[in-house]
Amino acid sequence: MQTPANVSRPRGSVWTDPKVRAWLFQIIAVIAVVAIGWFLFDNTQTNLEKRGITSGFSFLNNSAGFGIAQHLIDYNESHTYGRVFFVGLLNTLLVSVIGIVLATILGFILGVARLSPNWLIGKVATVYIETFRNIPPLLQIFFWYFAVMLSLPGPRASLEIGQTFFLNSRGLYMPAPSPSDSFVTFFGAVVVAIIGIVLLTRWSRARFEATGRYFPVSLGAIPLLLVLPGLAVLLTGNPLQWSTPELTGFNFRGGWVLIPELIALTLALSIYTAAFIAENVRSGIMAVSHGQTEAARSLGMPAGKTLRLVIIPQAMRVIIPPLTSQYLNLAKNSSLAAGIGYPDMVSLFAGTVLNQTGQAIEVIAITMSVYLAISISISMLMNWYNKRMALIER
Amino acid sequence: MAVAKKQTSAESMILMEGVHKWYGEFHVLKDINLNVKPGERIVLCGPSGSGKSTAIRCINRLEEHQQGRIVVDGTELTHDLKHIEAVRREVGMVFQHFNLFPHLSVLQNCTLAPMWVRKMPKRQAEEVAMHFLERVRIPEQALKYPGQLSGGQQQRVAIARALCMKPKIMLFDEPTSALDPEMVKEVLDTMIGLAEDGMTMLCVTHEMGFARTVANRVIFLDKGEIVEQADPETFFNNPQNERTKLFLSQILH
Repeated sequence: MQTPANVSRPRGSVWTDPKVRAWLFQIIAVIAVVAIGWFLFDNTQTNLEKRGITSGFSFLNNSAGFGIAQHLIDYNESHTYGRVFFVGLLNTLLVSVIGIVLATILGFILGVARLSPNWLIGKVATVYIETFRNIPPLLQIFFWYFAVMLSLPGPRASLEIGQTFFLNSRGLYMPAPSPSDSFVTFFGAVVVAIIGIVLLTRWSRARFEATGRYFPVSLGAIPLLLVLPGLAVLLTGNPLQWSTPELTGFNFRGGWVLIPELIALTLALSIYTAAFIAENVRSGIMAVSHGQTEAARSLGMPAGKTLRLVIIPQAMRVIIPPLTSQYLNLAKNSSLAAGIGYPDMVSLFAGTVLNQTGQAIEVIAITMSVYLAISISISMLMNWYNKRMALIER
Repeated sequence: MAVAKKQTSAESMILMEGVHKWYGEFHVLKDINLNVKPGERIVLCGPSGSGKSTAIRCINRLEEHQQGRIVVDGTELTHDLKHIEAVRREVGMVFQHFNLFPHLSVLQNCTLAPMWVRKMPKRQAEEVAMHFLERVRIPEQALKYPGQLSGGQQQRVAIARALCMKPKIMLFDEPTSALDPEMVKEVLDTMIGLAEDGMTMLCVTHEMGFARTVANRVIFLDKGEIVEQADPETFFNNPQNERTKLFLSQILH
């Protein structure tokens, strides 16, 4: 930039220039952080060496030598600690995903219900929310585990549904499918049915835009899903061989089992978090001005369509940020699994593995980074969704 | 569509008979009797809190009256939701604060109700919407969002949105009160255009110039009662009631 020679710029001190200051303080801060970090690291290294504690991640290749009640991947005692990590991770993700889905559905229903002009519905929702929101989550997990699941009758006196589902203090037993020869045909039929539903959805939207008549997709989707695979079964025989649980001796054999810890944890977390989500939903709906409802109703729109097409889309931008927090809370609260011995990340890895190997720093660091990674993934996903829902102004 | 019992002659578009309304203890509307003929243009005025907004909001049942009868285009407003929605389809309303749907574009604002309520095909709904957006002279804003428009433009979109339902009656609840002064005229011009096309209109407004040029009848409300009604000429030049005189002296300076 050129300045005329005869104009002298007023020269203040370098130290009062905000730009210089900003840079200076940032540089000092970074140096301080690095120095403290290096000191801590070096100190730990020295102390570990002095006490002869091994460090590093080689323990992950050692054999674990203990069994795990629930593993989504193949696992037995001879597998490594590394594999235990994945078993724990998958178990944590399983609870988190099921919990988030259930809590969202329940939360939205309760949130809308609490605003219902119907006295009974409104009060039921209020009582639900105020009860479950105010009881500590660990206590709720204990309730579902000790007071509900473990007080169920033993295997010999199982509660059963049609000789196929058995609920007892050892969990929920259900038939497990395994594919037979005709599975390919069946699977093909399901794929065709799904493609059919996608086409049907498109056709329904096109027809709505073309004629104004709305065809509920589920009306065609459900028959499609039933008929096509049903035909495949009739033509080629049963695609799946079901192994049903059978009582042999004191326990059931065969089939799948949802362990009581999983059921208790999922129920407790969904029910607890749903109460918070319900309040977010309610505040989101209430944040939309009443004028919006009046405008929609004055155009002749019925209450349901007003809610679905006008209120909820606007409420979403208020709901999503706190909803993200609730998802994060649920994922992190799943670590309370340790309290009832559900084999999640914390009780397996930061519990058993840590005790057996003694490598606290590595194990805790790994566990923490897992939760960090899960949380950041949820946040990123929700931020992306939030951006899509944002209102356009100016 | 099963339309409710036709109860009045074609000579009456809106009929209010002995309508009373209370907000708790507060008696907002006291024995309102009003007969609006097709094509009539009525301006309601009165001091703040006189019940004029409540009166027109009863006509599409955004407010519920507790005594008396309201019949709109042959359909009586009762607790029956079918009748209420049937009336709302035929009665357009424009609000003081526009109440456009901020998450939808201008065009979508205009097509939402025709598509979901009138079951109109999308293409046709869009044609209708563009027709009315041209009529309020903002077709070029069709793809913008309400938040991107000025107050006057938003209010004109709100008028177009109501017109897209092809209503027989238009209600205006202080349509220019929330506007900056320089935007009042564009909205009033749009309303005058509507009046010239023979729309039945009820306007709550303080725009006395508009009342003079457009209204067939001016109704003055005070404390929930119809105090005086007359053609604009008589109303402004020769008011009979003391309260009307006081009100006019306060707003016409």
